[in-house]
Amino acid sequence: MSEACKVSAERRGDVAILRTDGYINNQGGEEIAREAYAQLESGARALVLNLEKTRIVNSIGISILIEVLEKVMDRKGMLAFCGLTPTIDKTFRIMGLAQYAEIYPTQEDALRGVNPQPA
Amino acid sequence: MSQGGIAPPGPPGAREVSMTIPVAPEMEIVATAQAAALGEYIAMARDKIDEVKLALVEACINAFEHADCRDEQLHLTFRLGREPKGREWLEVEVLDKGKGFDSDQVEPPSIEKSFSGHRKRGWGLQIIRSLMDEVEITSGGGGTRILMRKYK
Repeated sequence: MSEACKVSAERRGDVAILRTDGYINNQGGEEIAREAYAQLESGARALVLNLEKTRIVNSIGISILIEVLEKVMDRKGMLAFCGLTPTIDKTFRIMGLAQYAEIYPTQEDALRGVNPQPA
Repeated sequence: MSQGGIAPPGPPGAREVSMTIPVAPEMEIVATAQAAALGEYIAMARDKIDEVKLALVEACINAFEHADCRDEQLHLTFRLGREPKGREWLEVEVLDKGKGFDSDQVEPPSIEKSFSGHRKRGWGLQIIRSLMDEVEITSGGGGTRILMRKYK
């Protein structure tokens, strides 16, 4: 019955894309945080968390995402989410994450959001 | 404490399924599978089923973490019903035999409090109330019962 969350990372310049697959509970949240902090330590300016393969989260996992957000904000970096189910989107808004991190429908939108092009 | 007014459990022959899960990591996922199956049975929209699943996860992990259940178990009942006007619903009851709590005394969480490091938890009840259509919480020395309903 393992629903353990897998996290994979891809680096595009100073943007790190983290893709999750599975249930984001405390272990899943910690796995995301571990990868996110490693990316920040190695110079990532922005993190894009792609949750399109995650259908369920819990508040403990989201609390860990809030810690990641806090660390990104401390570094004046950016954190963006994409691929959220409507329920996860709603839950992020209930918990206030949407006030401090951008939420985009797709990964391409999120990448454009963290890499604004000059007019 | 209650929100809305959920009618008492249905008459004999009501469509319901009961299960008991142990207080153990990820057992809440076992419970969500049952909720999903019953939601699909009444052709509830997938997003609504996801909301029931997430609310149920929160009810379970709240009990796992805070209730100190004497029997180390959670007792779950899933009910299907229909309003007189015809709206169908899925109801989930989560019962623990723990120490109980006063839900009116639970301080509402906020992300700003989380940032300040004082409180990164305490979101469960708020999420349950936001995702479900009706919620009723009764708690005392004998344990806690969370009854929550979602309309199709």
